[in-house]
Amino acid sequence: MATRQTRALARIMIAPSVILLLIWMIVPLAMTLYFSFQNYNLLNPTNVSFAGLFNYKYFYTDPAFFQSIWNTLLLVGGVLLITVVGGILLALLLDQPIFGQGIVRILVISPFFVMPPVAALVWKNMLMHPGYGVFADIARFFGFQPVDWFAQYPLFSIVLIVAWQWLPFATLILLTALQSLDIEQREAAEMDGANFLNRFWYLTLPHLARAITVVILIQTIFLLAVYAEILVTTNGGPGYASTNLAFLIYRTALLGFDVGGASAGGVIAVILANFVAIFLMRAVGRNLDR
Amino acid sequence: MARAVTTRHKITATTAAWVVAFLIFFPILYTILTSFKTEAEAIAGVSLIPSGTFENYVEVQSQRDYFKPFANSVIISVGSTLIALLIGIPAAWSMAFSPTRRTKDVLMWMLSTKMMPAVGVLVPMYLLFRDTGLLDTTSGLTMVLTLINLPIVIWMLYTYFREIPGEILEAARMDGASLFNEIVYVLTPMAVPGIASTMLLNIILAWNEAFWTIRLSAANAAPLTAFIASFSSPQGLFWAKLSAASTLAIAPILIMGWFSQKQLVRGLTFGAVK
Amino acid sequence: MGSITLNKVNKSFGATMVIPEIDLQIDDGEFVVFVGPSGCGKSTLLRLIAGLEDTSSGHITIDGRDVTAEAPAKRGLAMVFQSYALYPHMSVYNNIAFPLKMAGEDKGVIDKKVRDAARILNLTDYLERRPSQLSGGQRQRVAIGRAIVRQPKAFLFDEPLSNLDAALRGTMRLEISELHHQLATTMIYVTHDQVEAMTMADKIVVLNAGRIEQVGSPMDLYRSPRNLFVAGFIGSPRMNFVGGDTAKKLGADTIGVRPEHIEISRTSGEWPGTIGVTEHLGSDTFLHVHSDVAGTITARTSGEFDLHHGEHVFLTPNRGRIHRFDAEGAAIN
Repeated sequence: MATRQTRALARIMIAPSVILLLIWMIVPLAMTLYFSFQNYNLLNPTNVSFAGLFNYKYFYTDPAFFQSIWNTLLLVGGVLLITVVGGILLALLLDQPIFGQGIVRILVISPFFVMPPVAALVWKNMLMHPGYGVFADIARFFGFQPVDWFAQYPLFSIVLIVAWQWLPFATLILLTALQSLDIEQREAAEMDGANFLNRFWYLTLPHLARAITVVILIQTIFLLAVYAEILVTTNGGPGYASTNLAFLIYRTALLGFDVGGASAGGVIAVILANFVAIFLMRAVGRNLDR
Repeated sequence: MARAVTTRHKITATTAAWVVAFLIFFPILYTILTSFKTEAEAIAGVSLIPSGTFENYVEVQSQRDYFKPFANSVIISVGSTLIALLIGIPAAWSMAFSPTRRTKDVLMWMLSTKMMPAVGVLVPMYLLFRDTGLLDTTSGLTMVLTLINLPIVIWMLYTYFREIPGEILEAARMDGASLFNEIVYVLTPMAVPGIASTMLLNIILAWNEAFWTIRLSAANAAPLTAFIASFSSPQGLFWAKLSAASTLAIAPILIMGWFSQKQLVRGLTFGAVK
Repeated sequence: MGSITLNKVNKSFGATMVIPEIDLQIDDGEFVVFVGPSGCGKSTLLRLIAGLEDTSSGHITIDGRDVTAEAPAKRGLAMVFQSYALYPHMSVYNNIAFPLKMAGEDKGVIDKKVRDAARILNLTDYLERRPSQLSGGQRQRVAIGRAIVRQPKAFLFDEPLSNLDAALRGTMRLEISELHHQLATTMIYVTHDQVEAMTMADKIVVLNAGRIEQVGSPMDLYRSPRNLFVAGFIGSPRMNFVGGDTAKKLGADTIGVRPEHIEISRTSGEWPGTIGVTEHLGSDTFLHVHSDVAGTITARTSGEFDLHHGEHVFLTPNRGRIHRFDAEGAAIN
């Protein structure tokens, strides 16, 4: 479709985006890398010196660091588990003939559009609050002691909140993929004598495999960066019990004023994310070839 | 099980679906209901029936310190969307209609910039903003939101543009349309639905962004995300009011979201799921 | 008005040479059909003439003027696309009016021309509708209407009937031919369907892998195909080809004879064989006969002949209608 006339113009049109994103990519990352090798604390801003790998070593030996990595894995893994399994089940349910399909879908996707601070606040104060919360009331109704969620199970509580927010995303993606399953395949399987479970295992699940992979990869990218929910509920506590890597870096930078340390943490976070991104880009790239 | 759907099957499925949907929606529902309660009612215990008072909303509206974050949210969401469209439409246009061998690589690279964890560059961004006076300004926030959502904007526009049949543009060329006429009379009208969808999704994403909008703002430019986050430990006394504030904060986006399901799949799976 | 010449036109996409080198002359008022199998370059050739693709080398002249470097709009041609390419957001009226609007014509003039075209094409009742509200055949006519109002030097058709069902295709074929007689404008028509080519063309250009195999009137190509490719492409069902000794006996490497030029007899004939599949079309019957001497031969007979699978028959080709080809596939005469 391109003729000589449009090719030069095309390059001009794409330039601003490329330039802006290039600067956005390179400049902050380069600075982070630079700072990670510096002794730089905002409480003592004039005293900056080269630190070599000190920041990395410090991070590496800091028990909070390993705890945060572990928490990150638990957080991501927990949310993925709940959203993928829940998403598959919900997708299967929503694929059935239902009265009021449209409204059900709207209700189910709503959590995704609630901004994280609101979601966190609502769960913390309305549902999980040991005094006034709904869960507490239900517990008392059945004669149990209410659970102080954020004190006793801080990370788990956050997993719940984040999973609630991302379940709609997984459901929507999986439902879309489910509905692209050729109905004739289903009918052929029926004629071949497969019951529902058989059809699910041999037909539906393999078909969904691609979508599940995409859901996992994309959600992981975003889940590595969970922040607001932690800020609003536990602030990473008690201690470091609900601190993930992102929150730890934030604490180091803006509560500890340790620019060097936070930058080292940042580099580690970027490497971690890149690792996942490579797999995701392969999946996307394959699709772009179509 | 025959293809004929039994009514019993439909009723079972419907019941299950509605129960699950209710449970999932419950937190939001409860917030909305609580916003119509008095503060005393709000802490009194679980009750699905509010007294229907509007006093919380009245109070929230009258407080100037709610209006400001709301206005900030609007400014930065709409602002960053418009700028992203301004830069993104030409880019997507050229990639969709004059593709080269490198187009796919450029697109993938752009998407990959979205995958960089924000916290990884928190430090330099914070320092840069502080030293250039952009900290706690709506322009600063708008800039950042534009950059983080630009890849998605370009990606979505690209997919929509590609769906415009090339032959129609060729027909316009054969009909004597100059490039300008081709864009104005044929391409743009056909692209408008796609641009509108992209705009919708981007406003949603920008409004809900809860990292940069919190970390790079303070009293002046704080949007709703930061404003609400600052109430992380309210005393129960304020709960009904906070519910009203929360409802107001999420209502526009909730409604927009209900209309953008398809766009969500298209924009956030980067085409890996059809 | 409307005479087009292609002079050593060559088109390559990167390293692939799609059209090696073509010389072609199209006279004013002719209905020329480019025909050939998929990928033979016929659509590319049409688009080169239209200006939607640039030539890699060579010249294209319209009415004596070299248009090789000119944009499509300046060449004075109109194109009807395979998918019709109607503007979905405009009414039928505005679709047809669009080229006139681009030319900056006066509103009154536009209105008259649009309504004239609509009248010719029976679209007057549909002027306010959108393309999505029209049937395939109606959309086709709108596309033609949009081309007509430009009063072009030549019409270019790119497989316009491929998206229509069989019955509609037959009707539209007649309408397009009728239009040609009415307007007397040059028409260049691309198709892979040799029936369309044979029924509509004044002149057929048979293309294969970017090369012109033969140019001639339909009956020229039917009676005197220049090589194996043209002989096998024109005529349905395909010409029978026989090699080996049978061909050598007649002084060729391959001989060809059309199914309609073969006599069938139960009692005697040159090539004995057994009937395989029989296809009864009502007006004709086609027999696929397996013979040791000549391979599998398709023979045509009139509908009422009662022959069945497994029966023995004798086939005799009409001597005067046998085509002979040499080792390179060229016709011997």
